[in-house]
Amino acid sequence: MKREQINKLLNKVPTHVIVILTMIIWIVPTVGLLVTSLRPPEAVRSSGWWTVFGSQTVGGHYATYCAECHGADGTALPQADLTNPDVIAKYPRSLQLLALLRKDINGQPHMGDNSLPSAQEAAEIATYLREAGEEAGSKFTFNNYIDALVGYRGEDTYRADCAAGTQPPDLSCTARDILNPRGMGRAFINSLLVTIPATFLPILFAAFAGYAFAWLDFKGRFLLFALLVGLQVVPLQMTLVPISRFYAQVGLNGTFLGVWLFHTGFGMPYAIYLMRNFLGTLPKDLFESAYLDGASHWTAFRQLVIPLAMPAIASLGIFQFLWVWNDLLVSLVFLGGTTPVMTYQISNMVTSLGSGWQVLTAAAFLSMLLPMIVFFALQRYFVRGMLAGAVKG
Amino acid sequence: MATPQDISKPATTPEVAVRRKPVRTSSGAPVPEIMKQGGLVPWLYLFPALLVMSFFIVYPMINTIGLSFQNRDGTASAATTCREGQPCWGVFENYRYALTAEFNTSSPGAFWNSFWSSSYGNTIKWIVVMVFGTVSVGLGFAVLADRVKYEALAKAILFMPMAISFVGAGVIWKFVYDYGTSQTQIGLLNSIITSLGGRPVAWLSTTPINTFMIILVGIWIWSGFCMTILAAALKSVPDEILEAARVDGATEWTVFWRIMVPIILPTITVVVTTMVINVLKLFDLVYVMTGGNFQTDVIANRMYTEMYKNFNVGRGTAVAVVLVVAIIPFIYYNIKRFMEQEATR
Repeated sequence: MKREQINKLLNKVPTHVIVILTMIIWIVPTVGLLVTSLRPPEAVRSSGWWTVFGSQTVGGHYATYCAECHGADGTALPQADLTNPDVIAKYPRSLQLLALLRKDINGQPHMGDNSLPSAQEAAEIATYLREAGEEAGSKFTFNNYIDALVGYRGEDTYRADCAAGTQPPDLSCTARDILNPRGMGRAFINSLLVTIPATFLPILFAAFAGYAFAWLDFKGRFLLFALLVGLQVVPLQMTLVPISRFYAQVGLNGTFLGVWLFHTGFGMPYAIYLMRNFLGTLPKDLFESAYLDGASHWTAFRQLVIPLAMPAIASLGIFQFLWVWNDLLVSLVFLGGTTPVMTYQISNMVTSLGSGWQVLTAAAFLSMLLPMIVFFALQRYFVRGMLAGAVKG
Repeated sequence: MATPQDISKPATTPEVAVRRKPVRTSSGAPVPEIMKQGGLVPWLYLFPALLVMSFFIVYPMINTIGLSFQNRDGTASAATTCREGQPCWGVFENYRYALTAEFNTSSPGAFWNSFWSSSYGNTIKWIVVMVFGTVSVGLGFAVLADRVKYEALAKAILFMPMAISFVGAGVIWKFVYDYGTSQTQIGLLNSIITSLGGRPVAWLSTTPINTFMIILVGIWIWSGFCMTILAAALKSVPDEILEAARVDGATEWTVFWRIMVPIILPTITVVVTTMVINVLKLFDLVYVMTGGNFQTDVIANRMYTEMYKNFNVGRGTAVAVVLVVAIIPFIYYNIKRFMEQEATR
């Protein structure tokens, strides 16, 4: 019996290995994004994000070549304090470091009788010293998030610039900066303003239409619904041009109303499909007795359909919310830079390369925050909506 | 597959039940006489939905087809854009551009090469690699995760990228693929390669691997979707059949290929077609990661480039029509599948 159990356990080992390995591959890139967004800019540029997890031991080559005189912590010689960032900043690469080591100090060779490190070793020493210096500063910072929120694109950080009074002309260092059109703060508000009505409207319309398709009889009911099923897969690209031309004529380009209406129209086929299929599963007796009691369609809709359809409404809500929040194409075409949403702002940062990785990763994480919360809190409904009709995209 | 296994099954099972159980009571059945009151009432309920749909889907589709036969600002026929001494398809001139402009027809070899670096060749690469990748990862993971205790966590992690926008995913992976010119690589992939003694690669600007690197991001995003749907289908495979096969001495491999796969084959077909449609429409990833440069263009991004970067309405809409023509078989298939479902209700 024991033996059998051990065998069973061993048989499961490959399964565990594959599953856990896949989980790691899936999660690591996102962890990298999060860690990077919390690191100071110099650290992001000079070393990989994974180095924050390693404990800093005395660097191998540093110990060999330098520790004898400079000490293990680099402070043994007060006139050449290796923990001083200003000293270290003079030797960012192996080239500068080697040049220094070849020079004489007080008439004596820098390295005494010892040999010089190779170029590769010198590079590792330079990196080690730089990282040790950063360690002395701080390993993590929220500055990137502040920079991303206010849309700071200068050389230093928003806080440092404001303290020194050298902020760029579009920033005032007051609370107003959160509304800077280049920042993620403003984009977050814009994204919310786009997403909430663009989620609510299709649900409302789909509930109406779903009720008609499920419980009312009319000519062409089946045909119309079959047409709807076909419309679900029409690509967005097919309709963009005429609508943007029309919007330009009536002045809806760059307005929230234009985007709400477009998302409503495009979300409709899938929303109705889901609603009708869900409402169709409600028991028939319920409606029959309601009608016999003299309830009008409107009463039945308000007091029966809406409360009972809550699970479907939740699924649909999450689906539409994520779809609109994460959409780039529609906001790119109809809103563009006048009222930028988060996805637009990030894609702009990527393509214009105006800011470093630390700000870009912080901005990306800010944009993922709300969908992640919604997703993990309401995963069950999301999955349900997906299983009910998985063709939206 | 005794009771402990059943407890660990996630909330996906009831959803399948919701779709299957109410077979007889559903809307396919004739509506009770009493509900037929008022011929106008149904149309009142349908009105808002039909209005926005006709205005935002049906009308623009027709209009797009019309525009695709016109010039760059939709003011004259496309035939007027033909140039002397160059090939011309008359009013189909935009289609000539959409279908042939990317190809080098000087020799069969040149054509072959230019085809595989065109938006069409790339879209085919996307369809083949991404659909195969997402469905195999999704199916494999669904089968394996079913056997471990941390199933819910494992599935949530695989599924998580679905909540992230393509733009966010583009940033995440651009950072993984980062190529540094200095000695330290801050991109994870190049760092792994250099620490193993290899040379760093500029993943996103080296043709032809760059297209496949972007497809990998697509697989990362969409595998969770395939996994969820296939896992729900797998849960509906009766345990008795699997047990019977195992008792008869079938290996897990045989059980998977000979029993599970054939039973869930209809679901696999649905997932495959859905993925093909998704891939055909996919625009954001390419736009964010390379902008269609370095020979990574796809049809959906090309449409955007023609329309909103080159400002050529005629050509942009012609590319859009080509895209929709590629999707028509799936529209047909979707409707057919819907009809079959309704017939069994």
